[in-house]
Amino acid sequence: MKKNRVVNRIYLILIIIFLYAPILTLMVLSFNNGKSMGKWTGFSLHWYAEMFRDDTIMEALRNTLVIALIASVASTVIGTAATVAIQRMRPRSRNALLAANNVPLLNADIVTGISLMLMFVAFVVTLSMGTVILAHITFCIPYVILSVLPRAREIGNSSYEAALDLGATPVYAFFKVTLPELKPGIISGFLLAFTMSVDDFIVTHFTRGAGVNTLSTMIYGMVKIGIRPTIYALSTIVFLTVLVLLIIANVVPARAEKKRREGTHA
Amino acid sequence: MFRNKKTRYTMILSGPYLLWIIGGTLIPLIMMFYYGLTTADGGFTLSNVFAIAEAGHAKALGQALLYSAVSTVVCFVLAFPLAVILKNSKLGTKGFVVFVFILPMWMNFLLRTMAWQVLLEKGGVINGVLTWMGLPRMRLINTPGAIIMGMVYDFLPFMIMPLYNVMSKIDNNVVEAARDLGASGWQVIYKVLLPLSVPGIVSGVTMVFVPALTTFVISNMLGGGKIFLIGNVIEHEFTVGDNWHLGAGLSLVMMVFILISMAFIAKFDKNGEGNLL
Amino acid sequence: MSAPIIELEHITKSFDGQMILDDLNLTVHENEFITLLGPSGCGKTTTLRIIGGFEHPDQGRVLFEGKDITELPPNKRNLNTVFQRYALFSHLSIAENIAFGLKVSKKSKAYIDDKIKYALKLVNLDGFEHRTVDSLSGGQQQRIAIARAIVNEPKVLLLDEPLGALDLKLRQDMQYELIRLKNELGITFIYVTHDQEEALTMSDTVVVMNQGYIQQMGTPENIYNEPENAFVADFIGDSNIIGGIMLQDELVQILGVKFPCVDSGFGRNKPVDVVIRPEDVILGEPGAGRLDGEVSHLIFKGLLYEMEVMAGGFEWLVQSTKCFPVGTPVSISVDPYNIQIMNKPESEDEEAIGVQE
Repeated sequence: MKKNRVVNRIYLILIIIFLYAPILTLMVLSFNNGKSMGKWTGFSLHWYAEMFRDDTIMEALRNTLVIALIASVASTVIGTAATVAIQRMRPRSRNALLAANNVPLLNADIVTGISLMLMFVAFVVTLSMGTVILAHITFCIPYVILSVLPRAREIGNSSYEAALDLGATPVYAFFKVTLPELKPGIISGFLLAFTMSVDDFIVTHFTRGAGVNTLSTMIYGMVKIGIRPTIYALSTIVFLTVLVLLIIANVVPARAEKKRREGTHA
Repeated sequence: MFRNKKTRYTMILSGPYLLWIIGGTLIPLIMMFYYGLTTADGGFTLSNVFAIAEAGHAKALGQALLYSAVSTVVCFVLAFPLAVILKNSKLGTKGFVVFVFILPMWMNFLLRTMAWQVLLEKGGVINGVLTWMGLPRMRLINTPGAIIMGMVYDFLPFMIMPLYNVMSKIDNNVVEAARDLGASGWQVIYKVLLPLSVPGIVSGVTMVFVPALTTFVISNMLGGGKIFLIGNVIEHEFTVGDNWHLGAGLSLVMMVFILISMAFIAKFDKNGEGNLL
Repeated sequence: MSAPIIELEHITKSFDGQMILDDLNLTVHENEFITLLGPSGCGKTTTLRIIGGFEHPDQGRVLFEGKDITELPPNKRNLNTVFQRYALFSHLSIAENIAFGLKVSKKSKAYIDDKIKYALKLVNLDGFEHRTVDSLSGGQQQRIAIARAIVNEPKVLLLDEPLGALDLKLRQDMQYELIRLKNELGITFIYVTHDQEEALTMSDTVVVMNQGYIQQMGTPENIYNEPENAFVADFIGDSNIIGGIMLQDELVQILGVKFPCVDSGFGRNKPVDVVIRPEDVILGEPGAGRLDGEVSHLIFKGLLYEMEVMAGGFEWLVQSTKCFPVGTPVSISVDPYNIQIMNKPESEDEEAIGVQE
């Protein structure tokens, strides 16, 4: 039994090394004085300074955030409303819509990206940042629905009906009861949509107009001509940001839950 | 009247979503079929689809199938024991352990792939270390191995998550019942945990296989543009080659494999137990 | 009897082609505690939801104090519901939950505060204003759900299996609590349950439903002592239901033996169903009763012994304070007024709505 535990621990650690070693390598290299990937030539922060001075990187960063923000807000609104409606539908229409919801989730990004591009071009829309945003909303909605749905199932229709029973109009009940009760699901749906949008490369690659760069497309372009250490600095910052965001997203609800539980003994 | 009202609220709430399904999923897919089944002057043809039989295309599809199958198997072999260990572990809070294993998933996909380029490059980290130890350099990048490595690395969390989700929902009493009935530790895994986690396995396999099969980024970054997968061929037709009809036709062929995967999910994971979330 | 407050007229409802309610007629009177009782799927909850306005009947009308409210949405109806799983708003405090209906109807703050205090006192939870919903036990949540409904001073309170999620002891306490509340408030309670004990304990009127039909409606005593058909007899308490022949008025033949009874008007030599409650079967020395038999099972149930007696080819369920060990030869007799005679279902259709549990 004890030997098993040791083997298990070693296995876990090996997987962790496999998952994190590449990322850590980038982080270490971002502090490397020289340009070489294979040789350590001393500690320096100058790649960070250079990164902040690099207009291409800063513009890509700005584009990425703007696209992600608009796409995640829009998809959260549409997705949440849809979830509430789906929850109230008859089983048959509910299953049909949920199946439709799964198509973009299970489909390959390359198919999603190309098919959206074909549609935009067919309807004579010039590819631009606008088309990227529309495309991102498309693939973000299913994630929002998937995040909100479990919560919507959990609370069911009864609290909405209770609000009506107590005299609330359907609109009042929606804003004062349904939405607040769905809040945890909505927040995680928003965060998920935001991350998916920031992370996307393939759909952006096909639907962007000339000259519109996000971080992902910029890096892809750079790979062909050679990676500059400023990108290592960028990786480090991206990783740390993701880390902090995820900790907040996981810890805050957990602490709120704990506080609520402690309220039991108040 | 009340019923009509109820329907009206449902319509208002779901309206934008319905429009989005039509505009964002349905019409684009129809466009894909339209392009794939027509020639440049609009006539119907199947030649874009049958073009998959051309030597270059068939080879690209074959390689993509092979590499993605291998990396899917590797992911499963790595993730299944991990899920079993995590299920039984009491390492801190469960949430934290899981967090550690899916965190890399949230890191930008291109940066993660780029990291392997940095590691495997001729003048990269691994060769740097080898030189430092006085060993000869190895040719790592631009090989099938590098591509498979990239696929495994990028998509492993997609296998871990559904497996862990399904596994953690298996009642421990079931495991204890199996032990009680005389099953050994290995028998518990093969005869109880493995069959019970089929929904998660199917979902994990699909979530690794589909993006691996269709990727053009990994093969481009770690294959040095020398190894062409079906994704590269399609991407090339749409960006450089400019034959959208051919690209769409080949995409349709690729979609057959995606559809097969979806059918598998629908068959084995009816309740969405193995969902990513 | 007091004036009718709610009338259901010819209500028909089906879901996805499945008939749930078929031409249901029901009148509820002011200040009545009426219980809809039946197995799951009998249509009792649907009936309640139609009264509450959450379902629209396919046909028929709902009247409230004589006015047609069939088309009125739930928020415009002067009645409130206590939901099955309480349906408290988890994002609001207890006070905010109770105040919800009052705030919607724009009552003054002072009035609302008064009402919250009053309601919490009424349900014995003074001082719980600022607690969160999650910090309450099931029983406490139930009381808050009741408080939240009654502060709006509804004329009718609908209760949908409100005690279903509570454990046995708490359920019994809450039954007395509900009777007390009903008396203090002086309003009509329409209660839905599948628990016959709850129905018999609390109600003025019990409506036994099965498969979308009302099987019997009456006082608890009436339902228990004089079930009108085999379904009611079987669903309410334990009983021996035996096929028999009504030889003439006040004489029935069961298992080939004649039993005097008090029923009449069935005609001569008519096949009937006979219901005898287990506590009404009298065991005695062999030969002393009408039928001889032998005890085949014995269980001690605390207050009394429950036995199965094989007699006349029928397994009789018997409850007695006296113990007869297994194998004891015994005789069976029944007082005439404890024999309940019921018409046999005439058609297959009627059979279908009968005993099917």
